[in-house]
Amino acid sequence: MSLPELFAERAGDYRAGMHHCTEDDLPAVLAGLLAGASKVVLPPGLPDAWTAALTMPALLDGPAVAQAARPGSARDGRAAALTAAELDEAGLTAVELDEAGLSVLTGCAVAIAETGTIVLDAGPGQGRRLLTLVPDHHVCVVRDEQIVADVPDMIAALPDPRRPLTMISGPSATSDIELNRVEGVHGPRRLDIVCVHP
Amino acid sequence: MGNSSRKIVAIMGVGTVSRELPIVAITPFAVAAERELGDAQLRANLGRATRTIRDKRARVVAEVADWEPMRDRAAAVKDEVLDNLSELLARFEAAAVAAGATVHHATDAAHANAIVTELVKEQRAESVVKIKSMATQEIGLNEALEAAGITPIETDLAELIVQLADDTPSHILVPAIHYNRSQIRDLFARRMPGFTATSDEPAVLAGAAREYLRRTFLAAKVAVCGANFAIAATGSLVIVESEGNGRMCLTLPETLIAVVGVEKLLPRFADLGDFLRLLPRSSTGERMNPYTSIFTGVTPGDGPQRLHIVLLDNGRTQVAQDPVGRAALRCIRCSACLNVCPVYERAGGHAYGSVYPGPIGAILSPQLTGQDAGFNKTLPYASTLCGACYDVCPVKINIPEILVHLRQTGSKPAAERAAMSTLSWVMRDRRRWRAALRAARSGAAPLRALTRRRGGTLRRAPWPLSAWTAHRDAPLPAAESFRDWWRRTHESS
Ligand code: SF4
Repeated sequence: MSLPELFAERAGDYRAGMHHCTEDDLPAVLAGLLAGASKVVLPPGLPDAWTAALTMPALLDGPAVAQAARPGSARDGRAAALTAAELDEAGLTAVELDEAGLSVLTGCAVAIAETGTIVLDAGPGQGRRLLTLVPDHHVCVVRDEQIVADVPDMIAALPDPRRPLTMISGPSATSDIELNRVEGVHGPRRLDIVCVHP
Repeated sequence: MGNSSRKIVAIMGVGTVSRELPIVAITPFAVAAERELGDAQLRANLGRATRTIRDKRARVVAEVADWEPMRDRAAAVKDEVLDNLSELLARFEAAAVAAGATVHHATDAAHANAIVTELVKEQRAESVVKIKSMATQEIGLNEALEAAGITPIETDLAELIVQLADDTPSHILVPAIHYNRSQIRDLFARRMPGFTATSDEPAVLAGAAREYLRRTFLAAKVAVCGANFAIAATGSLVIVESEGNGRMCLTLPETLIAVVGVEKLLPRFADLGDFLRLLPRSSTGERMNPYTSIFTGVTPGDGPQRLHIVLLDNGRTQVAQDPVGRAALRCIRCSACLNVCPVYERAGGHAYGSVYPGPIGAILSPQLTGQDAGFNKTLPYASTLCGACYDVCPVKINIPEILVHLRQTGSKPAAERAAMSTLSWVMRDRRRWRAALRAARSGAAPLRALTRRRGGTLRRAPWPLSAWTAHRDAPLPAAESFRDWWRRTHESS
């Protein structure tokens, strides 16, 4: 089994929603997954193409460290392309992100096939940690070349391990009541992973 | 449960301040176990839970081809930490401070509690949100905060249940396993502000906890956490969790206080490669837990802008001096040893009377407190020495060896001393030994008929053997010795 296939199988085991597409289909797939959102939360540094087909209002998070580190990304251009976009220069607050019906769209730094894990490091297109925590729905894009075999390879692949890291394996879950698995306690109750194949 | 018996002892005047700490057993294990064994619900829930997690663990461990070499490597890394503790602590502190954290050193529980309480007061916070942490349970931080007028709010669902019930956890991993859903519903209805649900479906109850805690998280100014690992080279802290309450605590409040046992260190960031594979598989039987957070100091604009790390000794450097017992400090609190332990499975976590239950508790609690604290010296006897715990331990702690070591170094119960000295006198002389066996056989003859239905076992023997049979059935001596049988069947032919 190839690494992308193993990743898709293992992440699917956690009951994350798994979706597959090519680079060309990606805007349409994302628009479909986010169609039910009242607003979509966007971290700085997302590729413009990802948001090209979105029609709902967007909440753009303000200048984060990662954004400053990557001057090339055209945040203002994309913001103009979105309808009724709100741009929060100071950064969105937890209360703003707690609004019902929000979805957040991010990429990831690296993904682990063996465990079906996505790893976010607050880099471009991922943003501050609370963006992927407070909204109830997280859509994450993973490209085949970002997938490594196991945890040690993931660590070797991180550009800087001192950035804030979040490893996510499926939606949040608890088994605290009679060992019954309940999904979605505090983090997003829905996690959709979009695998982009060449 | 655990709490109420603690209070009774305090009233009787046996408990001193140090004995009140949650790491100290205030009842001998055998007595507490007898009490807990009477709780049929506890035994049923616990049996089901340990069996389920045990099977899940076995399945995901079998998937990993290099599991055994990985255990060896992990044990070696932890031993490296214990060998170089002060140097690695200095390295951790330097890296964490360079990344914007403030590092404190606490020698014991009272010291750590004082530091944390002071830090919370500085922020003028009336409450703190907490991530489940064994270290803060060990030092009794919640009690200390309450005494200072600060409300600690446990945010792990099971810990919240236990806290609302004024109870103590019964398992490291599933602390509220002794509650059924209907009991939890009733508890929420009584104690959780705004709870209105009538259903006792786990999803509904978890949803209610989400609503209640969401308001709490959004308003929280200070969070308190522990750490699963602390990386010396980078000053990073690692927190492994399932529910997302950890991420809430680590991300939303402005101030974060981490209480970290000094043995949590790993030298290099890359060491996580093995430990993050070993821990979830050993603990919940998952390939990976839903959320792992790793953070280094303060990141401007992202997460808490004030990070305090309290490095906790509380007996650890002392334990590290014991060449046999020190291996207990390798423990990564996965709880695999609890789930395979035949004693734990039946007696449950409360029987140990200490925050660290099960096989790891039996070797860790008496070492951290010293064997003379409360009844902690009875804990190394809470084992059959079957060795199942050693087999599953991801850091290869030879728990049976340490149990025996602690039995040898601790003071022995009076009955065992009496029985052993009598036995040694009898066994030193062949005639005395044979006479004793004859006496035992003829003494047992009338009992044999009476006990046949139970397979010839004895429930109560006279003192000092009564100390043995108080909690075990003893087999009766055989009707005929091997010597006699040999003579009868071989010498006549
Ligand atoms: S002693 Fe070993 S098996 Fe038991 S909790 Fe610690 S690491 Fe896990």
